Amino acid sequence: MAMRGITKAYPGCLANDAIDLKLEAGQIHALLGENGAGKSTLVKILYGLLQADSGSIEWCGKPVTIGSPASARELGIALVFQHFSLFESLSVLENISLGMAVAANRRLEDKIIEVSSRYGLPLDPSRQVYTLSVGERQRIEIVRCLLQSPKLLIMDEPTSVLTPQEVSDLFVTLRRLAAEGVAILYISHKLNEIKALCSEATILRGGKRVASAIPDEQSTRSLAALMMGDEIEVPERESRTPSNKVMLQLDNVSLPATELHGVPLTDINLSLHAGEIVGIAGVAGNGQDELMQVISGEVRLLNEHALQIDGKPAGALSPGERRIQGLCTVPEERLGHASVPAMTLSDNVFLTAHNRTGLLTGGLINKTKTNRFAQKVIEQFNVQCNGRRSMASSLSGGNLQKFIVGREIEQQPSVFVVSQPTWGVDAGAAAAIRKSLQAMANAGTAVLVVSQDLDELMLISDRIAALCAGQLSSVYLTTDMTVQHLGLLMGGASISEEATA
Amino acid sequence: MISLQARVEPSKLMGFAAPVIALALTVLAGLILFALLGVPLDKAFYSFFIEPLSSTYELSELGVKAAPLIMIAIALSIGYRANVWNIGAEGQFILGAICGGAVALFFYEIEAWYILPLMVLAGMLGGMLWAAIPALLRTQFNANEILTSLMLTYIAVLLLSLLVNGPLSDPDGYNHAESRMFHAAATLPIILEGTRLHIGAPVALLLVVVVWVLLSRTLLGFALKVNGIAPRAGLYAGFTQKRLIWFSFLFCGAVAGCAGLFEVAGPIGLLLPEISPGYGFTAIIVAFLGRLHPVGIVFAGLVVALSTLGGEAAQINLNLPLAVTGVFQGMLLFFLLATDVLINYRVVWRATGSRA
Repeated sequence: MAMRGITKAYPGCLANDAIDLKLEAGQIHALLGENGAGKSTLVKILYGLLQADSGSIEWCGKPVTIGSPASARELGIALVFQHFSLFESLSVLENISLGMAVAANRRLEDKIIEVSSRYGLPLDPSRQVYTLSVGERQRIEIVRCLLQSPKLLIMDEPTSVLTPQEVSDLFVTLRRLAAEGVAILYISHKLNEIKALCSEATILRGGKRVASAIPDEQSTRSLAALMMGDEIEVPERESRTPSNKVMLQLDNVSLPATELHGVPLTDINLSLHAGEIVGIAGVAGNGQDELMQVISGEVRLLNEHALQIDGKPAGALSPGERRIQGLCTVPEERLGHASVPAMTLSDNVFLTAHNRTGLLTGGLINKTKTNRFAQKVIEQFNVQCNGRRSMASSLSGGNLQKFIVGREIEQQPSVFVVSQPTWGVDAGAAAAIRKSLQAMANAGTAVLVVSQDLDELMLISDRIAALCAGQLSSVYLTTDMTVQHLGLLMGGASISEEATA
Repeated sequence: MISLQARVEPSKLMGFAAPVIALALTVLAGLILFALLGVPLDKAFYSFFIEPLSSTYELSELGVKAAPLIMIAIALSIGYRANVWNIGAEGQFILGAICGGAVALFFYEIEAWYILPLMVLAGMLGGMLWAAIPALLRTQFNANEILTSLMLTYIAVLLLSLLVNGPLSDPDGYNHAESRMFHAAATLPIILEGTRLHIGAPVALLLVVVVWVLLSRTLLGFALKVNGIAPRAGLYAGFTQKRLIWFSFLFCGAVAGCAGLFEVAGPIGLLLPEISPGYGFTAIIVAFLGRLHPVGIVFAGLVVALSTLGGEAAQINLNLPLAVTGVFQGMLLFFLLATDVLINYRVVWRATGSRA
């Protein structure tokens, strides 16, 4: 397979600029780049979801036009999406048969069992999808692709939702497929994975192909430099001595699932001290959203003593009242939750800052003060925008995240709880956000970080725990913890269990 | 080939231009319709758009028709900003008329200054009561307020009919379905001698200012807007959704009820089975035509009131059915929704065949 001079423009940006890409049978090829580098666009063109403005695609030596995903599948191209397209209330078998437009029958069931056992992807066709873990759901998507005996398998950021153990299982499967002659295009921005798995890499930056490299011959650092352009200042691990003062206390917090297929929280205990960063690891969908809502006050607790801020019961307080008590939070979803997309940055400052910073005078919004606050956040946190009148939706992910985190930090909370602080954020912004979290803790704020990014948690947190199926593990000193241990905790095992096994 | 291309940002210009384009298209389509009906175009245009603006009396009538439309549309716009879809302003209008009118009839023997304020208060409470029902059903049982508020309108219409045929009917009225005439102390003062223009018009303008300040400068207005465009962000900020739903409904109920009372205590002067030419529904068009903005709603209210008067004039001068008003208002909403596409998309010409 070869792509030549692929160009695709969207209104306002050039997503792909004359990109060449060549793949051989049996090769695992990495497509590497930051968020927004044009990886997804290129893949969508290859899979027939988008049409290139110019450029050509060659398949097994012959030029082809791929007009739709159906024609891509006919050629033998299969794609495993980052986001799954599964019906939760149907069984594994039914989901797979839907994708193939054939009736669910015995023969298909046998084939599923055969393929899944051959590639080490254990799967029970009769299970309902909503009972499965994320890793198991991904297996369905992979098996669904393998049933079509593809010649080219595209994996779009497959490991972002997996535990470290699940990742290594996936790699075994991928290597076996490659050995059988399947070409694999592996899309990621995680450098260590690419070094472990891929034999060749194409690196994209800002819609252009900047380099091809053999990952084995490069260091993680040089790959990162290729991917991000210039060297960036990465925060270092810091050691802190937290005080004994408990700023946020959760006592046996339980919450039934609020929606269908939601995750109930069970007996969560946590003490967060002034001047420390506690990290909560976990694969998405294990109760992080629910935990954040309980802490922020979007969901109130029946027992007001189950959650205490600075020793005072706060379980029944609204988010605004909790902010006045000193607790500021940042939810995971930037647009539509942490900010209002169609409002200006000034209005978005007012959204949460009016409780603590006196932006209301005599019942009316004080525009001067609000604007001054917005300007301060923009300057202090180096937010790239067209001033405080820009719509929140016009900012890039990284800049908006800096703005949101900055907005809360500028309110000088005594407890700061943030979910996925650097998810989908470019490396420069991620480094800046992590540094500001460290600076806050050094200044005596109690900081809680909920994240899927293990490297991030290992880097910045003083103590660490994992959330699995709505249950929180014990909290361990990060210095005593390894990524492997953490992976087991994320899978629901406790350290003692693992020690006796 | 014409195709639509998504804009990077919504066009501000088109936000203002779309209603104007819609209006122009409506007039154009209306004239085509008249041409097909064989009506002379110059005469039709004059009847519809010039005659209603030709004298002081005609202009005052425009104010009489526009005042309830603007009042209700302003009140509706608050809810629509907050994603609260109150379709039942017509019913709240009628309940306001019933409750306020009942006060006038109950104190028929007394002519005192306090009768009128009492009627206004009763009208507002009546409208609020009717609006409280869908608010309660929505907040307690999550029932769709579009359906409940709409259905309550028909109950209100029948309730009014029942009352003017029964308890509130004129004892000396030979079983006509109407109440006694309200006496002078129970009728709104006229603000322009020789016309029917009553205090509803200045009240509507006052309301415009109040709501403008509410929406642009207060925490409540901010919370309403956030709840409308990003409800999760509203929860995160700590705004209570149920409280906003209650406020939207009760505010609209009070205003619509007040408008209903103004109508029976003003131009009509008594209770009849049919007191509204659909003000509560037409106000929905006004609210959207005015972009849910207080000032836009004033202009939209005047334009729609003009089409109502124009429809009446066309009925008299050209023998056209009154349904022509409904046709015009329907086309206006239709074209407005169509031109709204231009806010988020631009029209581009593309050579055919370059893309599969």
